[in-house]
Parts: sequence; structure tokens; C-alpha cells
Amino acid sequence: MATSPIELALNRLRETRAWRSIFRRGPARSNRTRSLAIFGNIFLHLLPVKVREQSLRVRATYYLGSFSFLLFLLLTMTGILLMLYYHPAVPQAYLDMKDLRFVVSNGVFLRNLHRVGAHAMVIAVFWHMFHVFYRGGYRPPHQFNWVVGVVLMLLTLFLSYTGYLLPWDQLAFWAITVGTNIISAEPVLGHDVRFLLLGGNLVGENALLRFYVLHCVILPLVAGMFIAVHFWRIQKDGGLTLREDHEREGHERQD
Amino acid sequence: MSDKINYEAGFGSNALKDPQRVVFITPKTSAKVKGDIGKKVMSYPNLLLREAIALEVMVIALVILSLFWDAPLEQLANPLVTPNPAKAPWYFLGLQELLHYFPPIVAGILIPTLVILALVVIPYFNVNIKSEPFWAANRTRRFLIFVVILAALLVFLVFFEAWSVIAPTLAVALLVFVSYFASAGGPRSAEFLRTRPVSWWVMTWFIAVAVTLTVVGTFFRGPGWSWVWPWR
Repeated sequence: MATSPIELALNRLRETRAWRSIFRRGPARSNRTRSLAIFGNIFLHLLPVKVREQSLRVRATYYLGSFSFLLFLLLTMTGILLMLYYHPAVPQAYLDMKDLRFVVSNGVFLRNLHRVGAHAMVIAVFWHMFHVFYRGGYRPPHQFNWVVGVVLMLLTLFLSYTGYLLPWDQLAFWAITVGTNIISAEPVLGHDVRFLLLGGNLVGENALLRFYVLHCVILPLVAGMFIAVHFWRIQKDGGLTLREDHEREGHERQD
Repeated sequence: MSDKINYEAGFGSNALKDPQRVVFITPKTSAKVKGDIGKKVMSYPNLLLREAIALEVMVIALVILSLFWDAPLEQLANPLVTPNPAKAPWYFLGLQELLHYFPPIVAGILIPTLVILALVVIPYFNVNIKSEPFWAANRTRRFLIFVVILAALLVFLVFFEAWSVIAPTLAVALLVFVSYFASAGGPRSAEFLRTRPVSWWVMTWFIAVAVTLTVVGTFFRGPGWSWVWPWR
């Protein structure tokens, strides 16, 4: 079986005591060890051990949920790298943008990747939601997971919106001013909510700091927890909503 | 589907080993017939491998985009210089376009709140769980209700002169008319429309309006929120 030197080396590594102490299973060559690979891992155990073959097809999901999650991961990683070059202060935040463009190696690329990823995540999340709706994925027993999904959609919008202010250029400043002015249209609590969000009556230093904390700490943590629940519930609700044979045949005849 | 029923009953007499179950079917529900939804495979490696491929495809696509498209950076923020028009991020431009037509309390607070509430309660409406076509029963009555609602909605929208809501509403309404007058066994697209449930129509209308508003707000609005052509 193992022929190449790399495979031999890997197999030898798997036999070591250190490797076994970490993974507590042999190589995934039997269904038992393949199951252990999923539920013996704190991250992967959110996934089911077995999945329907039908739900793996591209046309079943277009992997839109996967893309939303993977974009979240990509944005976390590029975001952490951007944090190394960023100060949430006026006007240093803007100067840091200039540094990213002219001083930091690959700074432009890093910021571009974060920005493109952010747009892509908003699109992926909305597309995912509409696709799930058209497939009837909200029906019992998936009701609660649909609601978790709506919360995640709102968190995605908040994450994107709070990040929009951080470059502290004209685009950022006025987008946040326009957006937060809408909140104060609410007659009862509107002004108070806006004051709480901005740390003042205008978009200023306090607003930048609050949006920074929301964008980099609070919202990603909350979103991470809801994502965990979202994944976990797919498994607990018995997998994705799939068309049964007779429905699928009928559907394919229509296509 | 009825010719596919394939079940076994009466396994044994040992009640501990084979407990007997009685199923009560209340009048408003139907017994769930579980059809064949295919076999299961191990997540490791079948699912994880596909996720890894998805990750690679995504990263390659985004890296290529990031190489050719630069994130915008304008002048330093200045509260004294207001750009005209001042625009929110693109995903809120639909709302900003609505603000152009309706008072802030309606467009900024009422409509978004109602949309979010509507999204949350979708799965808790157990109407039409079998997703039967809109025109499956009470055709004439439903058609009248639809025409009345459409007319009321259009009067409301015309009153506020909300043209970028009216256009997609009329487009979807036209498709509803097509679906009503289409006869069984027609062309594929007509047959597809004819068999859509009411929930499909509502969501399609919502998406059509949301997309139109966002596109108009992003590309077709200039100084003072006046209409501009993006290619001029």
C-alpha cells in the first residue's frame, strides 16, 4: 500500500507514541477509525459521521453554506494580519491605510483580499439563505436552524458594516453617518441606540473605537458561537433537506 | 408513490426486543411517507475532501480578484465636507433607495423590522407544507384576492411614486398572470410557473424588489439622489 517515501514516513510518524497520544486512533482505513476522525475531534464533531451521498452533490447546495463559513475563516485570518498594522485612532487609522498601500509588503493585496472576501461573504450568505428557502430547508425539523441562520445573516451584515468604518476615509465616515442616521428615525429608542453605538452624537474617535471592538472581538465571537450551533443542528436535525426519489424524478422531468 | 410501499411488520413476540408501537394520526396531519433519499457515506474523507476543494477554489478565485481589483481609499474623513451623494455600503443601498420614497420611520425602521420578523417566522407557519401550487384549489377566489392585493399595493406605491418598487412588482405580477392562464402540459417554463406555491411567489417578489432597489441605489443614483445613467 505505502509505496512512496513520504507515505512510509507518514506511516512511521503515525506509529509514534506522541502522534497516538494526540489523535488516539490509527490511520483512517476502517469505518471505525474514520468515525473516530470525526467525533474524536473537538472541531469536526460538529459534523455528522456519515452524510447522504445526495447531499454532497454540487447541485444540492452549491456548497453555499460551506463557502459562507470558509469566507468567515479567511476573513478572520486576513483580519488578524491587518490588525497587526492598524490603530483604531483618529487620524492614525487612515495613516495606517496609507502605510498598508505604500510601506507594508503585500499590504495592498492583504487589504484587497479582506475587502473582496467581505463582499463575497455577504453575497454567499444571502444566496445561501434564498437557496435554502427555495429548497424548503426551513421545514420541520429544521425550523430552529433557519432562525439561527437569520441571526447569522444579520451578524454578517453587522460585521461588514462595522468594518466599513475602520479605514477612516470619506467613504467610511459618510457611509456610517448615513447608516446610523436611519437608526435615529426610530422614535422611542432611536437616538439612545445611536448614542450607544457611536459613543457620542457624531461619528468620531469613540465611534471608531467601538466599531473596532465590535468588528474584531465581539461580533466574530458571537458569530463563531452561532456558526457552531448552526453546524451542530444540521447534524441533530438529521442532515440536509433532500428530495425523495419520486419528487426528484418529477423535478428532473421538469428541467 | 403508493406502489412503492415496502414495509415489514410483526418482527417477534419479545416485547423488550421488538417493542410494538402504535401511531396516532390526528386529523390535520398526514402520515409521513419516507421515500428513498439514497445511501450514506463516511464524512471522512468524502465530506472533508470536498470542503477542502471548495476552500481551494474559493481562495484561488479571491486571490485573482484581489490582484486585479483594489479596495477603495478616499481622502481622510472630514465631517465638514459632505460628498454628494453620501452612500451607505452597497447592501444597505436598497434601504437608502426606499428612504428616497418613504418617510424614514417607514423605510428605515418599519420595513426592515417587518422583513426580519417575516424571515424568522417563515418555518413556524405550517400552511401548505406539501407546497401545493397556488392555483391548485379555489382558483377563481384566489385570483380575485391576488388582484385586489396587487391593486391595493400598486395604489399605495404610486401614491409614494416608488417607481423602483413598482417595476419589479409589475414584472412578478405579470408572471403570476402567466401562471394563472397557463394550461397543464404547456411549455416547460409555463409549467414551472403554474406549479409554484404561494410562498415561492412571495419570496421571488421580495428578492426581485430587493435586488432592483440595491442595483438602482448602487449604480443609478447621483447627486441629490437624482437618476443618473452609470455609463455616462
